[in-house]
Amino acid sequence: MTHAPVLPILLPMAAAIALLLLPAANRRAVALVSMLTQLVVAGLLLVMADDGTVHVYRLGDWPAPYGIVLVADRLAALMVAVTSVLGLAALAHACAGSDRDGRHFHPLFQLQLAGLNGAFLTGDIFNLFVFFEILLLASYGLLMHGGGSARARAGIAYVVLNLAGSALFLIALGLVYGTLGTLNLADIAVVLAQVPQADQALVRTAAALLVAVFLLKAALLPLSFWLPHVYTAAGAPVAALFAVMTKVGVYALLRLEVIGLSGAPATAGLLQPWLPLLALLTIAAGTIGALAARRLAGVVANLVLVSTGTLLAAIAVGTPTTTAAALYYLPHTTLVTGGLFLLVDHLARERGPKGDTIDNGPPLPRALPLGAAFLVLAVAVSGVPPLSGFLGKVMVMQAVRDAPMGGWIWAALLVSSLVVALVLARAASAFFWEAAPDEPPAAQAEPALTGRRTVAALLLLVAASPLLTLAAVPVAAYARATADQLHARQPYIAAVLGAKPDVQRERRP
Amino acid sequence: MALLVSAAIGLLTACGLYLLLRPRVFSVILGLTLLSYAVNALIFLGGRLSATAAPLALPGAVGLADPLPQALVLTAIVIGFGMTAYLVALALRAKGETGTDHVDGAPPTDTPPGRAE
Repeated sequence: MTHAPVLPILLPMAAAIALLLLPAANRRAVALVSMLTQLVVAGLLLVMADDGTVHVYRLGDWPAPYGIVLVADRLAALMVAVTSVLGLAALAHACAGSDRDGRHFHPLFQLQLAGLNGAFLTGDIFNLFVFFEILLLASYGLLMHGGGSARARAGIAYVVLNLAGSALFLIALGLVYGTLGTLNLADIAVVLAQVPQADQALVRTAAALLVAVFLLKAALLPLSFWLPHVYTAAGAPVAALFAVMTKVGVYALLRLEVIGLSGAPATAGLLQPWLPLLALLTIAAGTIGALAARRLAGVVANLVLVSTGTLLAAIAVGTPTTTAAALYYLPHTTLVTGGLFLLVDHLARERGPKGDTIDNGPPLPRALPLGAAFLVLAVAVSGVPPLSGFLGKVMVMQAVRDAPMGGWIWAALLVSSLVVALVLARAASAFFWEAAPDEPPAAQAEPALTGRRTVAALLLLVAASPLLTLAAVPVAAYARATADQLHARQPYIAAVLGAKPDVQRERRP
Repeated sequence: MALLVSAAIGLLTACGLYLLLRPRVFSVILGLTLLSYAVNALIFLGGRLSATAAPLALPGAVGLADPLPQALVLTAIVIGFGMTAYLVALALRAKGETGTDHVDGAPPTDTPPGRAE
């Protein structure tokens, strides 16, 4: 039990190494076993964190802030659990055959999970950088999985953009260490409150750079143009797993803002008033993008932007209530957009050469089950009652009612819900109702996905939203407890540094 | 000395940014490399410059050099090296797939002669 916080990183890391050594025929079973074990561990962490203590794991038993710590609190456990569920569905979908399109799908997939889990669990921002790089490097490989010139083009843009982002991240870290003399998040929170006047401008710059990097990962408007391009080029299971990647940026921003930035005079108010404004513009851009997209995958990629905008609009307000609402909305939106990416793959394969273009195509052999799945996911993602998307948006709207830009957030969420519902209804009528009857079911280039594993993967993500709706009370209570724990700040700092940290500091000129 | 190093970092960053915005993948890779040099020097500067500080905590040593930025730079160099190697491989593959090394996969047709060639 004491080693539980490190397991979500070690398990996929070990599995990735083992998978590299195994012949390709045995990889699926090992990858699935590793994924199921991670799901169990994530459940264990969730139970462990639910008692309200912040579990700190000191790597090598070095005392903080000198060594690197892993911190498993409610927020980290929640994120790891969401990642594991989404990862299981994406992996099961890939095991239907698309994992054999390239050579190293399974090791890269496990490395990506290790990077994601590490980014959620670490309590040190340089270590966060390292885990970001692990998950990015794995994502570069996964994006290129299957090959083709569209992926190569998207890959170049994605890699260059993220390398530039990494350079910015390192500049920010250099400034943070140069001014504050520490990289441990809890210690940063302590030192940040006592920054001398001369250093304040530099500290504020460093914090702004960090925020910019996280917003690049989260895909906030001026930094979001890469996302639709990349997510539509990636294969379906990869795109589904990528649905949680933008949430890494949102998570890192939330953690840094609440624990570190908001409590210090040098950096308080750094996110106002431009973050809510940009979040609203992101919602608008995602909605318009969904309206303009000609492929269903493009619609879903733009819905990822809408969800990023919604989360950041709530987080930018920065009260425990808005954070709680965002944390109820986050698992919902991640799992549902992931499910939509998988469903698009199912539909595209049934339609043969038409693919997922929103256009009247041949009648679908499995129109009824796929149509039902589409209905559930579309209702959930657009925020129409009665599913969890509606509940999440209502919670966000209630929480931001008294915020300065509350009215605008209401308008953005309501209009975006309406437009998204229209877009998905239009796509549904083209896909399911107005099939061109004279067109015979096309000879399919790729076999339809009817295997047990893919159906189970799709069912898991389709069922996520109804389950989150039925369990709305306990999930919302957990989200509320998570937000309270995060905003209390002191439990986190005390758990990492001890009640009375005795850190000898040397101020270098 | 700090002024000289800061100016060098600024110059490297400026050159890196300029190359990063060029339309050919090769210049972009060079730009990222220059940028990562600038970043590494900046992290190093975070530990403060000193020509005489002792690098090791031997008995009697005073005014030690900060060892942490050195470790951070080492990590950053290794990661940057791996990423650049991957980007070069990716660029070669994209060149093979699309037949051009333009960042968009297809050069604009109205390129003036002598530019971006």
